[in-house]
Amino acid sequence: MSTRVGVVLFPGSNCEMDVIEAVKTLGGDAEILWHGDATVNGVDAVVVPGGFAHGDYLRPGAIARFSPVMNAVADFAESGGAVVGICNGFQVLTEAGLLPGALQKNRGLKFLCAPAQLRVESTDSVLTSQATKGQLLRVPINHFEGNYTCSPETLAELQAEDRIVLRYVDNPNGSVDDIAGVCNAGRNVVGLMPHPERAISALLGSADGVPLLQSVLLAGVAA
Amino acid sequence: MTFSVHVDVQLRPGIADPQGSTIERSLPTLGFDGISGVRVGKSIRFLIDAPDEASARQEVEDLCRRFLTNPVIEDAQIELTELADSPV
Repeated sequence: MSTRVGVVLFPGSNCEMDVIEAVKTLGGDAEILWHGDATVNGVDAVVVPGGFAHGDYLRPGAIARFSPVMNAVADFAESGGAVVGICNGFQVLTEAGLLPGALQKNRGLKFLCAPAQLRVESTDSVLTSQATKGQLLRVPINHFEGNYTCSPETLAELQAEDRIVLRYVDNPNGSVDDIAGVCNAGRNVVGLMPHPERAISALLGSADGVPLLQSVLLAGVAA
Repeated sequence: MTFSVHVDVQLRPGIADPQGSTIERSLPTLGFDGISGVRVGKSIRFLIDAPDEASARQEVEDLCRRFLTNPVIEDAQIELTELADSPV
């Protein structure tokens, strides 16, 4: 049976169909989880996709974290379920307290939309288990607020516990320690700014997002 | 009692402020010299009904902590002013 991935849809999300398409292309099954419903509907894995949830008013993710579905996502994560936040979804997960740190405006105040070179730093997460350590991946970024920041204590903890799963080879946005993606202590919640769902075929310019999404599908099977 | 509230949200000291530093870098080009330490924040105003100032302040602090600021990167200064025509 194929892994059922729930893709959270907030008003203002705009990458949900890309994620669904990517998941189905890789042999999984995907469905929308409406933000106003307080359930994850028994899915095997959850993706919080990119976009501008609730218009990004106040701060990206600040209002989205109060959507009814987020309590269900938190419960799902608490019970060990695989949760991945991509771009705006990463911002939502930090605001919800499921991941540490915060995402600020890019250094240089430019909206960035370009392919980025990533290095896999840890394969011990639901997003990177099917990649290899040190592997270089070319995955697009598309954000204005992707400048990862956290307290020095949090950074030390992330480094010591091998929780920085992806780094930029050439830091585009000013993120502390070149961080492109981090995971929680349980390694089942991961957030990243790049868009693996937009890199699943050579026709799209890169298929380097495939091992990342396959990791999520595999984590869903294990659950 | 009704209070007028002004919440001044600023990035915490030590947190990089890309907007502030971009503004600061542009100042000499515009002919403004000797300006440093530019920080950009948010100013939020609203009214709140509460039995007294202490409970109003407590409510606003809670609101700031849970919603108006991201405590990872931001601090808030709260100003409360009792409205003159507030019914006693």
